[in-house]
Amino acid sequence: MTHVYWMEAKCEFLKLLRMRVYSLSTVLFPLMFYCFFGLAMGRSPQPGAAMPMARYLLATYGAFAVVGATLYAFGIGIAVERGLGWLQVKRASPMPPAAYLVAKGAVSLAFGAIVVTLLFTLGAAFGGVRMPLGQWLALGGTLIAGAVPFCALGLAIGNFAGPNSAPATVNMIYMPMAFCAGLWIPLQFLPSVMRQAAPFLPTYHFAQLALGVLHAPVQGTIMEHVGALAAFTMIFAGIAWIGDSREQEKVYG
Amino acid sequence: MPVAELRRVTKRYGAIEALRGIDLRIDRGELLALLGPNGAGKTTAVRILLGLAKADSGTAAVFGCPPASQEAKLRRGALLQVAKVPETLRVREHIELFSSYYPKPLALSETIRAAGLGGVENRLFGDLSGGQKQRVLFALAICGNPDLLFLDEPTVGLDVEARRALWGHIRGFVGRGGSVLLTTHHMEEADALANRVAVINQGRIIAEGTPADIKARTAQTGLEDAFLELLKEDAMEEVA
Repeated sequence: MTHVYWMEAKCEFLKLLRMRVYSLSTVLFPLMFYCFFGLAMGRSPQPGAAMPMARYLLATYGAFAVVGATLYAFGIGIAVERGLGWLQVKRASPMPPAAYLVAKGAVSLAFGAIVVTLLFTLGAAFGGVRMPLGQWLALGGTLIAGAVPFCALGLAIGNFAGPNSAPATVNMIYMPMAFCAGLWIPLQFLPSVMRQAAPFLPTYHFAQLALGVLHAPVQGTIMEHVGALAAFTMIFAGIAWIGDSREQEKVYG
Repeated sequence: MPVAELRRVTKRYGAIEALRGIDLRIDRGELLALLGPNGAGKTTAVRILLGLAKADSGTAAVFGCPPASQEAKLRRGALLQVAKVPETLRVREHIELFSSYYPKPLALSETIRAAGLGGVENRLFGDLSGGQKQRVLFALAICGNPDLLFLDEPTVGLDVEARRALWGHIRGFVGRGGSVLLTTHHMEEADALANRVAVINQGRIIAEGTPADIKARTAQTGLEDAFLELLKEDAMEEVA
């Protein structure tokens, strides 16, 4: 039975890897942004910054990359496969229903791990980021595990968005949610309105956890952020479930 | 025991009565063609037998089991109308994945042969012709070595050659003892393949029999004319 899960994940991975719009936007955008903001501009120390930008932004662009890989795979992937009939074929088959979601989750984490590894390589090679191996691993682990709430958010988007509007919907949620949580430029450089709104975003709690690993100044405790992310996961899963039950009663053809 | 059966099944979507109490049975080794105009309830009947929709009343069974049960799923395959199949997987990968869902699937080479996909098994789905794409969907339906196939308009949009090729593969499946429920708008296709035809209109079965019976009953030489005659009669009864 585990064979099915392995096959499903393998096919999901190959499918996305060969889909250039996915693999390129998932990998290249975060790397490019990190080069601009973390490497090119981060050379000279920013006034008021607690640590070099190249190091600080490794955590936030890592989070940005993982959220993107997950939302694109889940949100757009499910909206397209559901909206254009492929999910029906799968549901009519004896595929274990969980295999579909487990595979998408595993592959989102895998793509997240790939981008995070590339970001770390850039940071170490060109940003002069140095830390003990344990800290690299803790940061990488935190970033990859942080994909979980965004799997649920992607599922919720995928169950509601139409197949054609899904990419726009995902970007409309992803980009503001990343910017306002300080994933692009550190929170302290954002207007105070945004800083106050940030705790209402799951991306904020994710970034705070990752920054905590780097011993950057963070707000709140680890448990508070983990708790907030767990709550977001439940809410998104609930919304996804509503979308799915609504779907079951639609007419096709 | 019939391999699949609907008894007095009704289904309503909001104000639309999709099925108004239909009885339908598919026996072992037969190909039943379900014919009807768009919106007649064909797809709803198929969706209920596939466990993708629930009947409001009446019973549906596949091999004596609920249509959504794993027992039913393992013994049937389905070729559904799908607007977009993942294009960046190879033919072989698609078949291997679906084969992994079944405990005793056909060997990959056998599925490829039975669906006429020799020579294109390493191509990406997106690079195939329309006929080849339909044959891949057929391969996914048969790869688990099912006893029952659901084919929902399997040759829609295919050229004559591709359609005839798929007919050959469908006949091959029936020849090996399989049962098929086929929905189609091609009367020629139903005439060529079906042992039995059921005509559905506005959620009710209005005629059932061999293609020859149907033609005889309406005094028509072609199945298409017979079909139109039946719909006309039904419309007149509706008014009366």
